[in-house]
Formats: sequence, structure tokens, C-alpha cells
Amino acid sequence: MAMHVARNWRETPERYRMEAAKCKKCSAIHFPARLICPECQGREFATVRLSGKGELATFTIIRVAPTGFGDLTPYAVGIVKMDEGIHVMAQIVDCNPEELKIGDRVVSQFRRINQEGKTGMILYGYKFVPDLGL
Amino acid sequence: MNEVAIIGVGMTKWGELWEKSFRDISVEAALKCLDDAGVDKVDSITVGTMSGGLFNAQEHLGSLVADYLGQRFVPATRVESACASGGLAVKTAYMEVASGISQYALAVGVEKMTDVDGGDATFALATASDYDYEAFHGITFPGLYALMAVAHMKKYGTSLEQLAQVSVKNHHNGSLNPHAQFPCAVTLDQVMTSTMVADPMRLLHCSPITDGSAAVLLVPLAVAKKMNKPYAVITGIGHASDTIALCQRKDFAKLEVVEVAAQRALKMAGKTIRDIDFAEVHDCFSIAEIMVMEALGVVESGQGGPATMNGLTALDGDFPINPSGGLKSKGHPVGATGVAQVVEAVIQLRGQAGPRQIKNARTALTQNMGGSGASSIIHILEAR
Repeated sequence: MAMHVARNWRETPERYRMEAAKCKKCSAIHFPARLICPECQGREFATVRLSGKGELATFTIIRVAPTGFGDLTPYAVGIVKMDEGIHVMAQIVDCNPEELKIGDRVVSQFRRINQEGKTGMILYGYKFVPDLGL
Repeated sequence: MNEVAIIGVGMTKWGELWEKSFRDISVEAALKCLDDAGVDKVDSITVGTMSGGLFNAQEHLGSLVADYLGQRFVPATRVESACASGGLAVKTAYMEVASGISQYALAVGVEKMTDVDGGDATFALATASDYDYEAFHGITFPGLYALMAVAHMKKYGTSLEQLAQVSVKNHHNGSLNPHAQFPCAVTLDQVMTSTMVADPMRLLHCSPITDGSAAVLLVPLAVAKKMNKPYAVITGIGHASDTIALCQRKDFAKLEVVEVAAQRALKMAGKTIRDIDFAEVHDCFSIAEIMVMEALGVVESGQGGPATMNGLTALDGDFPINPSGGLKSKGHPVGATGVAQVVEAVIQLRGQAGPRQIKNARTALTQNMGGSGASSIIHILEAR
């Protein structure tokens, strides 16, 4: 569904730079940022960038896609346990999805995610690729 | 606080009902419910529906239903908790009666999902996830439950055959339910070779897209006793929420929200899970039924698959689950599901379930779930 530019523009820190919030009281990291820490109720945070590195905690291969993703099928979506200890969901690309395994090392890259119709905004964000240690 | 009884239930045939509108199906179920109770005027209406906006380009659904039900000026409220909207409607009606604000409180669950095509319906459902951090990345609901299934298989060794058996069992039950969308039996082989949707969830592991509605009428127990009709008493309610995004939970192989809601409902009813005779649970995907039975405490964590294979949850098992056919066979018009679960529980407790009747059914549990487990509402009902 096409929305006002601001709907996507304001997500830039998370989508483009994987900015997270680190609680100044208990050091828990939250992605996306929150206004109150669910662990300790703290309300002060420092902005940190996730390393982008982690391992696959669970994954699936989407074969029936929602509107806007039909051209990509089959594509893998996984939950990645980041090296910071938190979990992030994203597509796992540049791989044969059939060969993915839990525990695989992956690293984030900046990619095109979707487009709001033929003339709408092109939406960018993070996807993960196998970490080849390059 | 008033004790609350269900004095009327109504449900129509579910399916892909192109000839019927949102207002048609909601009013049909509500009228059947009012006729069942012998009541023609209510004090409040609660409509549980997930997304009239995305499915039908229609919001303001409380007033729409009240108007077309011939109940102008009755206070009407629409409640939403994704796929648990129906359960929330029953809970809201319960509070109307328990508090003394309403004597006759009608809860209607409804979803009219086939006014949009499959891609748009998949999108509408995906908005029950964390849109910016899940759906944005192309995940679907079969996909979210597939992520849980893969984690469950890894942690406990749950097999594809065990997952498939959930669908086989529920379709068998649904084949005995004239209201079911797909009242047909399926074989293990048919389930295990059906089209892959999101590995390892195949088409026959997934609940369908459905148009449907269900309704229940709640009254104070003292009023029910004077109405000369069979009734069931709501003795326990448990309602809980959890993180909107699946990835922020501690354990992807566990539905903590169900565990918490179940503990609350059982405590309120003064019961343990061993006191429950059967349950209607939210089998939106086969893995969900396995994880829900574990969270309810029917079996230990990891034992849901083997217990399903061993027939524990079959119609003639020690703990029947989804005698109605569940979401899988009966259909899953998302906002209607939670109400329909309560309808089935009441029909069973009244002893009116015909060929799918559970023997000596006195105490029932219904479990309705929103999203990937970000909300759950549980009711405990007893025959009196």
C-alpha cells in the first residue's frame, strides 16, 4: 500500500544503519529503539549501530508471497541472532535457500526491499547474506 | 460481579461466500443466536473483527452491525486483537454482563476475507505482525509459524509427520461439522505432499481464507436460570499479550502468551488443566496446535507431536482438541474464530454436537490467539 513519504523516511536510522538503543541503566540493547526499557523501565538510551553480524536462529522459505514480493519467490526469511545477543528478522539472500542451516553465519547488507507500486517509492533496508569472512 | 452464562449461540455455514457481504453474514449469525436464545432486543453489541478496512474498505463496524440487526441506538463496540478479535468480543461482552451494565450482551465475530485477492488478503493478515520489522521484509503468517516450526523441530525433534497428523485429525473432525468450510477428511500422504507455502508449512498445514461469522448471547446466570433454555457458564477468562514481533521472544519454540493466559483462566475457574474435558484451540497452522497444547499444560514441552500421533487429542482420545474441525477444516475468518470456538464449546456442553459429540463433556476450554502469539484469550466454560 502506497503511503506518505514520511511513513518510510522516518525509519531511515533503523533500515539504513541498523541503529539500536542501548539502555543506560541495564545495558540491554533494543532494536528498534524504544522509549522505555522493558527489562528495567529505564528511559535513557545511547544510540548504537549493530555490527550486522550474527547467526541464523531459525528460517523459512517463502513460496507464497504477499503483494509486492511475488517476483522474489522462493526467498528465505530468517531470524538472526546478532553478535550483540538480540534477534532481527530479515531476508537471507545471495544463497541457495535450500542449503541454509540453523547456526549459519550471516552478515547484513544494504539492499532494495520493495517498491510501492510501479511509480511509488523504492524502499531500502537490510538483508543478510552468508558471511564468507571477506 | 454477576456470574455470566451463555444462553444463545449462532453460526452459519462458512466458506468462500461471494454472494454475501460483511453485513449479511454478521447479521445472519446474530439472528440465529438471538433466535436460539429467544431474545429480540439486546443491551449491547460487541463486534470482534480484525480488519474491515483492509478486507472490505469498511470500518465503523459496531454501528453497521447494530443498524442491520435492527438494534438502532444500542451501544455497539468493535474490538480488535488481530485473529483473537473474536475471543476479545466474548470477553468484552462478559465484562458488560459481569459489571451489570448489560443484561443481554451480544458478541458477534466476523470476517469477510474474499472481497480482496489472495495477495492482498495475505498482506492484510501480515499487518497483525510487527509491520516495520516483520511484514516489511516479506514474511507472511505461514512464514512466521514456519519459523516457530523449524525452531520446535530443532529443539524437540518434532517431525513433519506429527505436524501433518494435526491436520488429518482436525479434518476428520471437520468432516462431521456441517458448518465447516472444508468438511472433508484428508490423509497423511495428502497433507505431506500438498503445495509448500513456507517451509515446512504446506497448504494442508494452513488454515484457509474464509468468510464467516458466529455469535453468542451472554446474560447474568440468574437470568439464564429463568429462561428455560440450556446454558453454559463462563467460569474462567485469561487474557495476555506478548511482544508484537516474534523475534523479540526468548524462545521461538514456546507460546508464553498462551501459558500465561491459561494460568489466569484456570486460576479464575479454580481448576487445573486435568479438570478440562476438551478444548477448542487456535490451530491457524499445524505447529500452533502442538505448541498450544504444550503451553496449556496438556503435555510437557516437546511432547505435543508424539501425543498427537498417539491419539491423545482425537475425538475419542483422553483430551480431545478441536472437535469442530478447528481453524484448519472449519475455516478461519479471523475475527469470527474466537466466537466460533465458544459456540462449539457450548454445543458440546449442551450435548448437541451430533456425530462429533464428546462423551460426558462438562468443562471446556477455548484458546484464541492473535498474530504470532502477541495476544491470547482463553475462556473456560462449564455445563451446569
